[in-house]
Amino acid sequence: MVGIKTADELNKKFLREGMWPTIFCNGCGHGVVLEYTFWALEELGLDMDKVIFSSGIGCSSRLPGYINADGLHTTHGRAIAFATGIKAADPDFHVIVFTGDGDCAGIGGNHFIHAARRNIDMTVIMINNFIYGMTGGQLAPTAPLGSIATTAPYGNIEHPFDICNLACALGANYVARWGVSHPYQPIKSIKEGIQKKGFSLLEFLAPCPTAYGRRNKLGDIKKHWAWYDNNTILKEDLEKIMKYGTEQEKEQVKEKIPLGVFQDIQKPGFFEAYEKLVDRLKEKESKPKGAKK
Amino acid sequence: MIEVREDWCKGCNICIDRCPVDALEESDILNRRGIRPPKLKEKNDCNFCRLCELICPDLAITVFPDEKEKKPVKKTLLTPVGGKTK
Ligand SMILES: Cc1ncc(C[n+]2csc(CCOP(=O)(O)OP(=O)(O)O)c2C)c(N)n1
Ligand code: SF4
Ligand code: SF4
Ligand code: SF4
Ligand SMILES: [Mg+2]
Repeated sequence: MVGIKTADELNKKFLREGMWPTIFCNGCGHGVVLEYTFWALEELGLDMDKVIFSSGIGCSSRLPGYINADGLHTTHGRAIAFATGIKAADPDFHVIVFTGDGDCAGIGGNHFIHAARRNIDMTVIMINNFIYGMTGGQLAPTAPLGSIATTAPYGNIEHPFDICNLACALGANYVARWGVSHPYQPIKSIKEGIQKKGFSLLEFLAPCPTAYGRRNKLGDIKKHWAWYDNNTILKEDLEKIMKYGTEQEKEQVKEKIPLGVFQDIQKPGFFEAYEKLVDRLKEKESKPKGAKK
Repeated sequence: MIEVREDWCKGCNICIDRCPVDALEESDILNRRGIRPPKLKEKNDCNFCRLCELICPDLAITVFPDEKEKKPVKKTLLTPVGGKTK
C-alpha cells in the first residue's frame, strides 16, 4: 500500500466532503462500493487528474458526485456512451463508469453490449440491487424470479439477466461479480479491472433495504445483508461441488449466485487497434505513390 | 482505537453485527439524526482487523491500530465469501 493507511486519510484524499453524508438510505450497499473503489485507486497510485468518472441516473449513479475528481453525471442509460467519448477524446484517461442494474442492463443495455463487443477501454462498475431504487422500486431486468416490485406485485415471472455471462460472451477482457460484505477480493478485483486494457465489468450485488429488501420481506438491514452471504457462492466452490459433490450438496448450491472472476483475457482493446490502424495508414501515406514494396 | 464520525453514521449497525470478535456496541450518544453511533465495548478483543472500517457504507469509521498494546490475534469469525452467516 502507498502512503495512506487509515480510512480517515483516504476520505480526505478521495471524498468530496461537502457532499457527504450521502443521500443513500440507511444500510444501502452503494457507499461500500465507493469505498472499495477508493482503496483500489489508492493502491494503484493513479494520478487522479487522469481518472474520470461517468454515470447515468439512479442511486448508484450518484457516486461520482462524491468523488474528488472529474466526473460526468449524464442521462439515464448513457453513461457508457459518454465514457466512450471521453476515451476517444483522450485515451490517456482512465475512465470508470458507475451505473446501476436499471441504468446498465435496462435502458442502457445496447450501449453496454456494444461497448463490451468493441472492447472499449473502460471499467464499468455496475451495482446490481435487483431493482430501480431511485424511482421507488420498479422491476429491474436483473431481479430474481419471484421478486416483488411495484410493477410486479404478484412476483416476477421474467428470467433475470446474467450480465456477467453476457459480458463474457461478448468477449470483454475482464468480468467479475462480487458482494459488498467481504472487502479484500473486490478491492483486488477493481484494481485488476482498472489496470486492464479493454473492457472490464465489475458487477456488485448490493443490498437496497428500502426498495428491494422491504418489499421482498428480507428482514431488517442485518438479515438483508446476510441474504447475500447465504445466497451466493464462490465460483470455484460451485464448480467443485458440481463436479465432486453429493446430489444433496448439488441441490443446495444449485440456485446460488456465483461470485468471482469469470473472464480475464488480453484481447487488444478498441483504441489499441485504432492506434495501429492509424499508424498503418500513416506509413502507407508516407511512402511515395506507385513505389514498389 | 476506533474513531467514528458521529454525524456521518446512519445507524445501520452492520459494523456491530459483522465485527468478528463482537467488540462493538451502540454508544449512549445521540447524533443529530437521533441514532446511536457505535463504540468499542469497555472490555473488547478488537484486533484492528479493519473489517468495520471497510464495510461501513457511510465511511464513518476509522481504525487506528494500537502500537503499544499488542493483543494476541484471535481466530476470527471471518467467513469466506459465500459462507453461511446467521
Ligand atoms: C430516460 C429516462 N427514463 C426514466 C427515468 C427515470 N429513472 C430514474 S432512475 C431510474 C432507475 C434507476 O435504476 P438503477 O440504474 O438500477 O439505479 P438504482 O437507483 O437502483 O441504484 C429510472 C427509471 C429517467 N430519469 N430518464
Ligand atoms: S433506494 Fe435503495 S439503492 Fe437507493 S439509496 Fe435507498 S437503499 Fe440505496
Ligand atoms: S456501519 Fe457505519 S453507518 Fe452503520 S452503524 Fe456502523 S458506523 Fe454507523
Ligand atoms: S477493527 Fe475488526 S475487531 Fe476491531 S471493532 Fe472493527 S471489526 Fe471488530
Ligand atoms: Mg438498481
